Amino acid sequence: MSFRIIVLAKQVPDTRNVGKDAMKSDGTVNRAALPAIFNPEDLNALEFALRVKDSRDDAEVIILTMGPPRAAEIIRESLYRGADKGYLITDRKFAGSDTLATSYAISLAVKKLAPFNLIISGRQAIDGDTAQVGPQAAEKIGIPQITYAEEFLGFNGDKIKVKRRLERGVELVESACPVLLTVHSSAADCRVRNAKRMMKYKHAKTDIELQELSEDYMELLETRPYLKINQWSVDDLGADVSFLGLSGSPTKVKKIESVVFTQKESKSLSDSDRDINGLMKTLINSHVLG
Amino acid sequence: MKNVFVYCEITEEGHIADVSLELCSKGRKLADELNVDIEAVVIGTKLKGIQEELSPFGVDKVYIAEDKRLFPYTTLPHAAIFSKLLEEQQADVVLVGATSIGRDLAPRVASTLRCGLTADCTSLEIGDHYVKKTDTTYKNLLYQIRPAFGGNIVATIINPDMHPQMATVREGVMKKEPVRRKKLAELINIDVKKYVSDSDFVVNIIERHIEAQKVNIKGAQIIVAGGYGVGSKKNFNLLYQLADAIGGEVGATRAAVDAGYEEHERQIGQTGVTVRPKLYIACGISGAVQHRAGMDQSAQIISINTDLEAPITNIADYNINGRLEDVLPKMLKYFKQNSK
Ligand SMILES: Cc1cc2nc3c(=O)[nH]c(=O)nc-3n(C[C@H](O)[C@H](O)[C@H](O)COP(=O)(O)OP(=O)(O)OC[C@H]3O[C@@H](n4cnc5c(N)ncnc54)[C@H](O)[C@@H]3O)c2cc1C
Ligand SMILES: Nc1ncnc2c1ncn2[C@@H]1O[C@H](COP(=O)(O)O)[C@@H](O)[C@H]1O
Repeated sequence: MSFRIIVLAKQVPDTRNVGKDAMKSDGTVNRAALPAIFNPEDLNALEFALRVKDSRDDAEVIILTMGPPRAAEIIRESLYRGADKGYLITDRKFAGSDTLATSYAISLAVKKLAPFNLIISGRQAIDGDTAQVGPQAAEKIGIPQITYAEEFLGFNGDKIKVKRRLERGVELVESACPVLLTVHSSAADCRVRNAKRMMKYKHAKTDIELQELSEDYMELLETRPYLKINQWSVDDLGADVSFLGLSGSPTKVKKIESVVFTQKESKSLSDSDRDINGLMKTLINSHVLG
Repeated sequence: MKNVFVYCEITEEGHIADVSLELCSKGRKLADELNVDIEAVVIGTKLKGIQEELSPFGVDKVYIAEDKRLFPYTTLPHAAIFSKLLEEQQADVVLVGATSIGRDLAPRVASTLRCGLTADCTSLEIGDHYVKKTDTTYKNLLYQIRPAFGGNIVATIINPDMHPQMATVREGVMKKEPVRRKKLAELINIDVKKYVSDSDFVVNIIERHIEAQKVNIKGAQIIVAGGYGVGSKKNFNLLYQLADAIGGEVGATRAAVDAGYEEHERQIGQTGVTVRPKLYIACGISGAVQHRAGMDQSAQIISINTDLEAPITNIADYNINGRLEDVLPKMLKYFKQNSK
């Protein structure tokens, strides 16, 4: 029986390069208008998983992502870096899901992959900065959680030992498996792509992607079954649609405003003694200073 | 019952964390507007005196769950107690600090209760919501207002149907304001065994190294903050000299922290602390939106910058066009000569 590690990874819009058309009128994100990247802390999560795998000889790392068809990109990226297998959860019915609905869908997929030993997610995704999906998925799967994992410290019998990074310090904790870890950005950076693995997996595709490809590809797949990226829909997961998408999401966006700072009435001063002394005098007289 | 609930975090020193007191203050105001009570939940060990600590902030009721296994915090026992209590009491609004603990606890609890949760709110208000399609008006919802998308937008989130409405808020965002009231909060001791089972203690803490908070820039009335334009760790001494003289604290931008000029504890902004001093002196700070998110509520802002086009100039009351190396010593000199 293998030691199964499932990594939750998300493709996110690069919020460091946000333009005007980034939001749709219904308040959801217009992902098409933004470059999509591997959520940074999910790369830390992948590395964490690979380190656990390296520490034993019976482990496999499965990458699980929920998103639009192009999220298959991050599965390939994970395969290049050392993951063994990938699953893409994709369905229009997921659109508009908040963290509760997302974690519901993820928990169903994880349960379908049972038996598993570790679930590893990033601490938070840079599109929402919520840090909620990890703990919510743990609750829905029915397993404990260890948040802000920074370092894998090995096993003590069946228990995993982890160092956690907190606001003002660190904690060393131990838990029985299965347990869900969320990994902090201070954990080790992810190893780079491996050239051999890139050669091996660059043709890995999901069903949706295969539809656009030639017959030759199908033949290739028959001889190399590992090139198939598994794809699950709402039906495959047996999900209750009322728990998904906008209807399954308790939080609604009422209003979105872009941040525009109005110009205050301000005084411009030079660095002359006269200007500086004048300012200081005003501040002292008005009791802001002194 | 529809009351407002606040999860109160316990510090290493055994007191209620500042962020929780800030939320009690905010919760008091929300409860007044909704015409309901505010109730605090404290989970830990050695909780004597907690009732007295909380009462000045206008809390009506304090639930205490005391057991030596409940400190230090671990997720499952705290989540079990808090979620069962919220369910029993039919809480309507639930506030939790956006700390390491709060952000571990709140999502777990929200998942159990199947309710919405909005992380890192910067403002909370009460308001109505009208849905055209069904012609229904939801009265008195909690507007959960937060920056999103790396601070580029501000979103108002609501939970119309599935309650409670849960939100986390960072330390320093709300104001800690005692109310004038002599009444002691009603105390209710929880029978811990009814709420947690032994299997909730699966995660064991083997070792901890937690430092007490060293600097408190959040509470400072005057802040002299430095950015990447300060240029070096050594140059930050100019800021310390002025801050010491005028009774202020030194803050920094992320660029200054990343460059190693300052420690992370002093970082102000979206990923640092939020401050609202009566005077903010920004030295060599361009005023990126993520930085402004943590300081734009300062009563007065002075900017010292060589670039008069920097975004900070839009929110500053005084813009000094110059090098901080020249300006700061002049300010210090004048103050030393002229303050009583
Ligand atoms: C997700 C995210 C979160 C972030 N969170 C934060 C946060 O919490 N806090 C934060 O601060 N930033 C945060 N940032 C970074 C932020 O975007 C800016 O990069 C940062 O605030 C810039 O810092 P700065 O103003 O010190 O540096 P710069 O933008 O480099 O500005 C330096 C300024 O100094 C001036 N200057 C140079 N020399 C002198 C001199 N001798 N005298 C006077 N003026 C001089 C220059 O004209 C310039 O305006 C975040 C970014 C991201 C993407
Ligand atoms: N759609 C998704 N697919 C896979 N994993 C996800 C998804 N959304 C969130 N996660 C995981 O949950 C973590 C926290 O996300 P968030 O709550 O959105 O900040 C991320 O770092 C991912 O590991």
